[in-house]
Amino acid sequence: MTVTDFLSLAPLIIIAIAPVVIMIVISVTRNYKVVYGFSILSLLTAFASIFFIVPAIPHSIEPLFVIDIYSLFFLGIIIFSALLVTLLSYDYIKQLDGVREEYYIILFTSTLGASLLAVANHFILFFLGIETLSISLYILIAFQRSKDSSIEAGIKYLILASVSSAFLLFGMALIYTALGTMQFNGIVSALGESGQLSTLVISGFAMMMVGIGFKLALVPFHMWTPDVYQGAPAPVTAYIATVSKGAVMAVLIRFFFNIRGFDNRSLLIVISGIAILSMFIGNLLAIRQKNIKRLLAYSSIANMGYLIIILLTGSNKGIQASVFYLISYIITTIGAFGVITLLSTCKYEAEKIEDYKGLFWKRPWVAIVFTLSLLSLAGIPLTAGFVAKFYLIFEGMKAGLMVLIISMIINSVIGLYYYLRVITAMFSPANETELPAISLIGNITLCLITISILILGVYPGWLIDIIMKFVNL
Amino acid sequence: MILVYLIAILLTGAFLAWIAGIWSPLWSRIISIVSLSLDLLLILTIVSQPVLPGNKWIVDINLEWIPQFGISMHLALDGLSLLLLILTFFLGIISVIISWKEINSKVGFFHFNLLLILAGIIGVFLSLDLFLFYFFWELMLVPMYFLIGIWGHENRTAASNKFFLYTQASGLLMFISILALYFVHGHSTGSYTFDYIQLLGTKMSKSTGLIIMSGFLAAFLVKLPVVPLHNWLPDAHTEAPTAGSLILAALLLKTGAYGLLRFIVPLFPSAAVTFAPIGMLLGVIGILYGAKLAFAQTDFKRLVAYTSVSHMGFVILGVFSFNEIAYQGVVMQMIAHGISTGALFILVGQLYERIHTRDLNRMGGLWGKAPVMGAMGLIFSMASLGLPGLGNFIAELLILIGAFKASIVMSCLACLGLIAATIYSLRIVQKVFLGNKNYDWDINDLNVREKIVTALLVIVIVGLGLFPKPVFNIARPALLKTLNEQREKSIQDQGISKNENPEKNISFFQISKLYFKH
Repeated sequence: MTVTDFLSLAPLIIIAIAPVVIMIVISVTRNYKVVYGFSILSLLTAFASIFFIVPAIPHSIEPLFVIDIYSLFFLGIIIFSALLVTLLSYDYIKQLDGVREEYYIILFTSTLGASLLAVANHFILFFLGIETLSISLYILIAFQRSKDSSIEAGIKYLILASVSSAFLLFGMALIYTALGTMQFNGIVSALGESGQLSTLVISGFAMMMVGIGFKLALVPFHMWTPDVYQGAPAPVTAYIATVSKGAVMAVLIRFFFNIRGFDNRSLLIVISGIAILSMFIGNLLAIRQKNIKRLLAYSSIANMGYLIIILLTGSNKGIQASVFYLISYIITTIGAFGVITLLSTCKYEAEKIEDYKGLFWKRPWVAIVFTLSLLSLAGIPLTAGFVAKFYLIFEGMKAGLMVLIISMIINSVIGLYYYLRVITAMFSPANETELPAISLIGNITLCLITISILILGVYPGWLIDIIMKFVNL
Repeated sequence: MILVYLIAILLTGAFLAWIAGIWSPLWSRIISIVSLSLDLLLILTIVSQPVLPGNKWIVDINLEWIPQFGISMHLALDGLSLLLLILTFFLGIISVIISWKEINSKVGFFHFNLLLILAGIIGVFLSLDLFLFYFFWELMLVPMYFLIGIWGHENRTAASNKFFLYTQASGLLMFISILALYFVHGHSTGSYTFDYIQLLGTKMSKSTGLIIMSGFLAAFLVKLPVVPLHNWLPDAHTEAPTAGSLILAALLLKTGAYGLLRFIVPLFPSAAVTFAPIGMLLGVIGILYGAKLAFAQTDFKRLVAYTSVSHMGFVILGVFSFNEIAYQGVVMQMIAHGISTGALFILVGQLYERIHTRDLNRMGGLWGKAPVMGAMGLIFSMASLGLPGLGNFIAELLILIGAFKASIVMSCLACLGLIAATIYSLRIVQKVFLGNKNYDWDINDLNVREKIVTALLVIVIVGLGLFPKPVFNIARPALLKTLNEQREKSIQDQGISKNENPEKNISFFQISKLYFKH
């Protein structure tokens, strides 16, 4: 490996070194604040380093890595969301008894796995990334060892994720058998020679779709989502909903466009089916939920359904729309889970809708952030979600995907109904429950999220400009 | 820039009112009134400006917003929007004043929402970019939802949810139509834009036009509302606080009527003609059905809410008559209904503050206790039934004359609505103020603040009835423009012979002269 190779991997290297340093620090002395500060600092450095490697790209390290603007963009999204989650975790993790500092180590390893997905150009790295991410997530989900639901969620995720990984691996193996290559761009040239897809390749793709569908929580691979969302500590739920999904989406888009999957009719039909099912089942099941974490879990299923529409457009513009949607979704979701995190303690998770009754009168500021996040998820103007949904519908209509767009519209109305339930609860008369105090860091993060949601909702032109200029496959 | 300032003042006022409300409710009210008055003054300076002939828009501003999609911040003002803006600011001030005593909790947030709704409404009246229009269209919803959901009466939650879902669902249909129009225009001309002026000339086949128009219609007809889609209205109006009902009835419904005039007719000239018979039929059904339901209500507020359905039937009847007299009537109806129904809601609110019930069967004989209130009630009931000399009479008369030229049958059927209106309006007076005392209420008459508010409204409604000409003069260029565009294009599209020649129509001024002679 050359110096350029190392330089261009700088963000990943920083993220890989940080947990090692934390481990050493912990072995010397346990100091929560030091570890926390160091984590924030490392993530900031990793984020900043992305800008420094821009001149060196596009650069690929054969055969595993490809570092182009696309991967840098997703690296940026992943690291930034990890940063937001870390910022929000402060109070929540601080209250835990026993080990706390390790949380940040595992947060780093999972972020490393996610980042690998963004630069992957090879099945091996794809699998490595997904496994690093998943194994770290088992630990994070079950981090509150004293809580039964947490352990239950961890084990559920462990078993199901292993099964889905097996599917993924088997699919990769089948494709390798048929085509003799594991590189994304190698696959397309191998496919091009044969022209017709063999049964082996198609079943390979199908198996891989199971694995990816599981990670994105698409119907019918969504069963784990509500339980894991509910059982995991709130900041970890935020992490699963954003970083993990964003990274898998990054690799899925690259893979799908590299193999020109949108030229294959059967794949298109399968994906349309998954998208429509995810929207409807996600939204319909969300309606009757009384637990906000479960409600958001179902809403995330629906949102991923909207997002994969973009695979069918088969255009760069479509990718750009999906990147914008993903950014808005991540910010919004972290906003929503951020509020849940800040209102929860390790003893009591504020996850029932009743817990939010009258929140507006007790904590107006937090309630506003939550309202904005939910409205953004519903796609109401003034919020990022509105522009994102518009962008998605726009590109979808341009590609002539009317059936999908119409089901998206229907689902937006269904979605609105359950978001409104939560909002109504927040604005109804208050009951007498004590709420934990919110630290300065938490307030700053919420402020940051609110501003981002509003700016992207009112004046999104600059971000669209950046995306249009840089995000191209 | 003045148009941007109008919106900016309201938005700033909204935030200031909220912040001020933390310390003192009084300041929050004062800030709201000041910002609304400022806007009213600004808009009145425009009225006093001489209008240049040939200049299509009185004020026109086009700023860049999201250029990547051809979205701009295009705001413009013509006679129609000018009138509606004046109405909005006027009733905005009134709604702050009437909430002075009624709203006691969370005052700052109340005024924040109030001003935000008004900002959304004037945004709708000013937008000439379809994306921007949709943006403001949706912007009105959330604060209105809060207004009903937080300060409303017993069933407020259900009512506010219903309101939100109805309008949001229909709004999304319109959004799809906006996008479809955008792509149709882009494919045929190569320029992808949401700009209204450029989209005006979009050529499309008749069926495409009908499909795209139906999305717009869905949004406007729900807002208006037209009978099969009116279900949200009685609940929302009844459960909202007085200021909320006032804004809903007087302003929010008008955005639907405005949409019909501004977007449906010019953008889809031939599709609108195809739809016209159905539209007029819906109007007549609305007039009669709304009146019948209004008559059957025992809840005073619900009764007034249903009269809105009936009165808005006239609007859609007029819009699809496609002639100037009817359109003048529609504009007049929008204003006069805003004032008279708004006033009735205020009256209901004042009564509710005193006797804490809206049940008509528990009222009766209140004239003796509160003669001023009774007189006011009488005046606005008379306005509602279309008594000559008051604004509503002119509006409904003109619409009926206009509709008569388009369809004699529909016009005659709609005339029955006037009789029905007389029945339900007289029932209000009889049940509430006259008749037997069903209950011995001990109430005070209107106080000075309430007297001022109602007196203002009386002056306006009488003024509109006796001197309607300024309104006609302001609205005329805008309406003629709409009609000419519609006529030219539908002739182009369908090759209709010019039998609907504007010169052949009875001149509008002849009619108005006739009216003033008598």
